[in-house]
Amino acid sequence: MPSITYVEHNGTEHVVEVPVGKSVMQGAVENNIPGIDADCGGECACATCHVYVDAAWLDKTGLPPVGSQEASMLSFAAVTQPDSRLSCQIKVTEALDGLVVRMPEGQH
Amino acid sequence: MSQDSRHVVIAGAGHAGGSAAAMLRQLGWQGAITLVGEEPIPPYQRPPLSKAWLKGEATTESLLLRPAHFYPDAGIDLRPGTRVTAIDRAAKAVTLSDGAALSYDFLILALGARARRLPLPGRDLGRVLELRTVADADQLKAVLHPDARLAVIGGGYIGLEAAASARALGAEVVVIERESRVLARVAGPILSNFFQDYHRGQGVAIETDAQVIELDAADGTVAGVRLGDGRVIPCDATLIGVGVVANEALARDAGLGCDNGIIVDLAARTDDPAIFAVGDCTNRPLPLYGRMARLESVPNALEQARQAASQICGKPPPAPEVPWFWSDQYDLRLQIAGLPFDATETVVRGDIPGAKFALFHLAADGTVRAVEAVNASTEFMGGRRIIARGKRLSRRRIEDMSVSMQELAA
Ligand SMILES: Cc1cc2nc3c(=O)[nH]c(=O)nc-3n(C[C@H](O)[C@H](O)[C@H](O)COP(=O)(O)OP(=O)(O)OC[C@H]3O[C@@H](n4cnc5c(N)ncnc54)[C@H](O)[C@@H]3O)c2cc1C
Ligand code: FES
Repeated sequence: MPSITYVEHNGTEHVVEVPVGKSVMQGAVENNIPGIDADCGGECACATCHVYVDAAWLDKTGLPPVGSQEASMLSFAAVTQPDSRLSCQIKVTEALDGLVVRMPEGQH
Repeated sequence: MSQDSRHVVIAGAGHAGGSAAAMLRQLGWQGAITLVGEEPIPPYQRPPLSKAWLKGEATTESLLLRPAHFYPDAGIDLRPGTRVTAIDRAAKAVTLSDGAALSYDFLILALGARARRLPLPGRDLGRVLELRTVADADQLKAVLHPDARLAVIGGGYIGLEAAASARALGAEVVVIERESRVLARVAGPILSNFFQDYHRGQGVAIETDAQVIELDAADGTVAGVRLGDGRVIPCDATLIGVGVVANEALARDAGLGCDNGIIVDLAARTDDPAIFAVGDCTNRPLPLYGRMARLESVPNALEQARQAASQICGKPPPAPEVPWFWSDQYDLRLQIAGLPFDATETVVRGDIPGAKFALFHLAADGTVRAVEAVNASTEFMGGRRIIARGKRLSRRRIEDMSVSMQELAA
């Protein structure tokens, strides 16, 4: 099972295995990792599942491109950066084994 | 988790109660947590019930807030199929429907709301349905085969979402609304008209200004909806979606202040400092709007769950949020930021016939109070920021699509 590393804003790391087909957001919620709120449950409607994708992963194949709905939602999310993504829009595949995502300071 | 002998009991295992339990653990609560819920399954999301679930596009697993094993893993004692029947505030204990008693240090009431029952002749016939729980949704799903005729009483969000899903399944749908427009209670007239036209374009018949007198029967099952003007709308099933009523009796019986919901402050505290209330069952302050209101939305349930969990764990209170809501119908994504209290003017940004627009509701001084966005998530997100900052905008700038949302929100 692919392993994903979630880094809280305070530096705390959580390394968990997330089944292929689930989203990076679900991996955090199902393991109760603080820092990803996911208020809309993965509908790309809330932007409270915002993460920064570790630079090493940004141009790897396997990371789905930013969709237009995701881009609109990110446009005003709290503290966005060029490496911002909505974690509910990243489906876990074998190719994402080892992915590292970092949490912003807040989701609201 | 054994050092802390304190106990949080959560009454109601829905979106708010289930989330409060998880947030307590996220914030480091070391004491015991008992989550008591009347429904037979772990906490789940209701929004898909009228959308993906009805259309057969969701699974029980995808509906659950967290997988069933999460609760034992996190040291949360989930008691499904169990009701809290009474609160003894002096003894700090609750009684459960299975006869057990639980003492608490903190009690969180997350009792939700129930579908409003109309005193309508024929209400108890077969195939007269409501839509609040997964059990309700399954009954509705069972009657929604192609060519089935569904009469929806009430043109609110749940009725309209169910109508859209029923159309996707090939059923014929008539929406019957007492007011002169659908969504009358929750949206402005421009949005109501847009949704009305869109539903009609999808083959839904909409009867407004229609009074329902009774439900006609054939063999104990509903066969038609009789209207005040004498007409009968024939149908194979009826969905009644005329709003919800807060489940506040448990709190009222315990002497807690209630007024269309359990009254709470910004830390989700009731007037008993050991008792909190969160979600659809509360009447809460809205600091941005300087008033109290009862909100029925997932974001509200989660915001209050965060408030209660933070207070119980001795953490700083979360910053107040701009209330928001979403609804999906056909290929339309509606997102609403804020509430149109005190709004005197509505400004359209975008293209209504093209189904990509936002309605900005302004107070007399130009302060943006609410933004209703259809397939316009940038306007929704920008609107949230503008409302949070109490910004004033002019009609001319909002209407001007050459002024970007970034500029409007700056
Ligand atoms: C079909 C449908 C679609 C919706 N769509 C959207 C949407 O798109 N967006 C959105 O933001 N919101 C939507 N909502 C609203 C949203 O689901 C609610 O606001 C949310 O569920 C509120 O959570 P809650 O925990 O306060 O209440 P609930 O989810 O109702 O949970 C309360 C729980 O407490 C239980 N309970 C009650 N009394 C007791 C007792 N005495 N003892 C033990 N348990 C008890 C109830 O059985 C229930 O399981 C929708 C609602 C429905 C029904
Ligand atoms: S969970 Fe809401 S946008 Fe990702």
